[in-house]
Amino acid sequence: MTLTSLNLWAVAPEIAVAMLACLVLLVDLYFRSAKPCALSYPLTLATLMVGALLSLTGLFDPPQLALNGLVIRDGVADVLKAGTCLGTAGVLFYARDYAQERDLWRGEYLVLSLFGTVGMMTMIGAAHLLTLYVGIELLALCLYGMIAMQRDSVRAAEAAMKYFILGALASGVLLYGMSLLYGLTGSLSLEGVSDASGALTSDSLPLMLAIAMIVAGLLFKLGVVPFHMWVPDVYDGSATSTTLYLSAVPKLAAFAILLRLLSSGLGGWIEVWQDMLAIAAVLSIGLGNVVAIAQTSIKRMLAYSTIANMGFLLLGFFAGTAAGYSAAMMYSVIYMVTTLAVFGIILALTRAGFESDALDDFRGLNQRNPWLALLMLIVMFSLAGIPPTAGFFAKFLVLQAALDAGFVEVVVAAVVLAVIGAFYYLRVVKLMYFDDPETGTLKVSAYGYRRSMIWALSGNAVLLVVITPWIGQVMDFVGASLTNFVVS
Amino acid sequence: MTLLDHHLLSVLIWFPVVGGILVLVAGNDRRINTARWAALGFSVATFVLSMPLWSRFDRASADMQFVERLPWIGRFQIEYLLGVDGISVPLILLTTVLTVVVVMAGWQVIRDRIAQYFAAFLIMEGLMIGVFCALDGILFYLFWEAMLIPMFLIIGVWGGPNRVYAAIKFFLYTLLGSLLMLVALLYLYRASGGSFDLMVFHQLPLSAGVQTLVFLAFFAAFAVKIPMVPLHTWLPDAHVEAPTGGSVILAAITLKMGAYGFLRLALPIAPDAAHQIAPIIIGLSLLAVVYIALVALVQQDMKKLIAYSSISHMGFVTLGFFVFETRAMEGAIVQMISHGFVSGALFLCVGVLYDRLHSREIATYGGVIKVMPVFAFFIVFFAMANAGLPGTSGFVGEFLVILGTFSVNGWYAAIAALTLIVGAAYTLWMVKRVVFGPIENPQVAELKDLDRREFAVLMIVASGVLIIGVWPAPLLEVMDASVDRLLMHVAVSKL
Repeated sequence: MTLTSLNLWAVAPEIAVAMLACLVLLVDLYFRSAKPCALSYPLTLATLMVGALLSLTGLFDPPQLALNGLVIRDGVADVLKAGTCLGTAGVLFYARDYAQERDLWRGEYLVLSLFGTVGMMTMIGAAHLLTLYVGIELLALCLYGMIAMQRDSVRAAEAAMKYFILGALASGVLLYGMSLLYGLTGSLSLEGVSDASGALTSDSLPLMLAIAMIVAGLLFKLGVVPFHMWVPDVYDGSATSTTLYLSAVPKLAAFAILLRLLSSGLGGWIEVWQDMLAIAAVLSIGLGNVVAIAQTSIKRMLAYSTIANMGFLLLGFFAGTAAGYSAAMMYSVIYMVTTLAVFGIILALTRAGFESDALDDFRGLNQRNPWLALLMLIVMFSLAGIPPTAGFFAKFLVLQAALDAGFVEVVVAAVVLAVIGAFYYLRVVKLMYFDDPETGTLKVSAYGYRRSMIWALSGNAVLLVVITPWIGQVMDFVGASLTNFVVS
Repeated sequence: MTLLDHHLLSVLIWFPVVGGILVLVAGNDRRINTARWAALGFSVATFVLSMPLWSRFDRASADMQFVERLPWIGRFQIEYLLGVDGISVPLILLTTVLTVVVVMAGWQVIRDRIAQYFAAFLIMEGLMIGVFCALDGILFYLFWEAMLIPMFLIIGVWGGPNRVYAAIKFFLYTLLGSLLMLVALLYLYRASGGSFDLMVFHQLPLSAGVQTLVFLAFFAAFAVKIPMVPLHTWLPDAHVEAPTGGSVILAAITLKMGAYGFLRLALPIAPDAAHQIAPIIIGLSLLAVVYIALVALVQQDMKKLIAYSSISHMGFVTLGFFVFETRAMEGAIVQMISHGFVSGALFLCVGVLYDRLHSREIATYGGVIKVMPVFAFFIVFFAMANAGLPGTSGFVGEFLVILGTFSVNGWYAAIAALTLIVGAAYTLWMVKRVVFGPIENPQVAELKDLDRREFAVLMIVASGVLIIGVWPAPLLEVMDASVDRLLMHVAVSKL
């Protein structure tokens, strides 16, 4: 085994981020300064930028395997890895003030987020069931840690505990499914699994069991009904900065593992998992949208909104077509950008000793700060999928893909449920625009956020609208990144 | 001016949108006058810019004119495709005129967040013009849905006491219909082998079953918007709660978008289904014409009365469409324009009273003519137009529809003609109770007559009503070729 056969250059982004993360850990240990993380924060951002740049060099090269077939580097991987790095950088940028005020802004927080990023990048590039599993676990462990770091909060501890126990259970299920698959196909690499699809017909009962377990594990990680129970509690209990991290960035990796496992690995048995995904998708959209209406905490509401949105993501998947995959990828990217903006605005509205996590905190925002209210308006309509926002095109693409595959009933059901979903997004707009602020609430200008934060938020939210004329180019780019991905 | 020569429609769509954004940025509550004058400037400029549409429109041709075609989303062959025919040109002009009126009507009445108010109307103007110009399915849908956002805010922010309920009801009702339309558009994309061009959809052969489903999906979107009985319940709520300007735009233009949708999408794409379902739609239309007119008769609230009157008048429009006869269809389109002016004017009149006494109840008033003679002239004039008095635009539309319907089925025409009685009854009865009689409310005795601004606003609308009423020929001439082609197209089976 030589270094060239390992093809290390293909995993350069992961290696760079992992090594620089260790450096950040050391730097944080030895260089103490008056301001927390004065040195390690810029270094973290630099690390993420290096990761993004390395991912993007050699974009659209022919796909190559690395580390003896454990990792694959192709167009999807490059784009998603870069997106993950940039998304994490955005999360940390938004989270800084909030985390500082709550004594979370420590070297460990940054390092955990970096290792979580490595985990996601590993998931994205996985060509082997073991790599996939290692990536999932690396991310999950970092998330448990980040949630639990808020030691003085009982709810955070509870959230971390719930997430950990349920997450471990789901990992077990996933792993058991993988081991069954290994027993059936004799291979742990996705290519090997896929090659066995000729010999193994889809009516084999053990195969169905293996696939059901794998799908269950994946759906848990995604937070899709009926494996969604952890989502609201974890979203609500975690510090908002952590919620931002775990709700926005991992969606790209989630898309990637679905793509790798279902398409590259299990693509030959599509009829086994197709119905499971269709049912889970419709249930998710339904339950997420209906239950979100009853929430009074915006974080819980967004948790249910995530459940519904992941359902929409699945709509792109079960079609099992190239158009469907590119729709789902587009959906995950747009969803990440939107979620960043939503939680960014929530973070901008909080300040020391005051959490802005109740829906009522948005009351009369238009009179307190019209600009933030307008940004939130854009984001809410984007989540609801109303044109001319990017959220509409995301929904348009997945519906189109599902319709193309002939699932008319599913599409009509999703559409009707989306109308129900529009209600609670509208309610946020209603609170901001139609209601008067409660007496005694602060002018938002008194919140003392940095100017750069507002610029970033503005860019982030306005992008969701101004991208519309160029949305075709974005779709082409996403489609091109999937072209060298072989749909089996 | 190549921009105006080749991109007139784009200019008409995006100029008010950009203007609205500028008003939003430049004006705030401390600089009220900046916002007002900027908004008026942009709306008048848009109206002036829309003039070439009328003067340079080739009336002999039924083809799409002023066409602009740019690639937009290559993967799905979605194009930025704009064009107008004789059906959309009058509607665009109606939009640009009424936006000026609405801006002037909101001049002093709106005190809170005035820049946002004007910005919402300007942006909406652009989006509505976009609906009337779009010839690509997705572009059409984009404008159609995006328009909900400013309207939602207008009702919810500046509306009456029950505004939240009305705004959300309006939004969700329309959204459900629209999303079904989106599913239909996606289906047609697939059936046409990869195009969202409406003109391609028009030529697309479809089986009877598919046509029925597609038609029903379009029907869900457009019937809600028009609104047709029994999908009309959002309208009285939205109208009553919306501020005057919002009611005017809702009644005058957004309702017409539903009717326009039938002409541009539902009828030409699914002609056989349209013929098949026509009896049901005619039944619903007649139900609206007669039953809703009776409902209007018993209303205590002036705005509600006009809202029900709108539903009843729109019943005439759908009746005119679905008898598939040239005169009836032209009459229906004239009725759309006429109703835009008349209902808008009536809402403005109610607004005038509401600004003074903050009541829309008919019972509050009485004897207004004694203190507001000029106003009384206008409201009586518009009431007559609403009842279809010859010489006003209302007469032309209703007469043509009844005439056309009569040549198809005498019974339909007879039932529709009942509206001339009931319509006159509820309108004139309202006017009688509000304007005439003795002054019973001491507050009414204190009322001041129209100021110059209000006079100008009502004058603009009144001249529109009168011009179309006395000399409808130019309007009919513009739409003639397009209506003929549409009817010829619809007459040919796609099966």
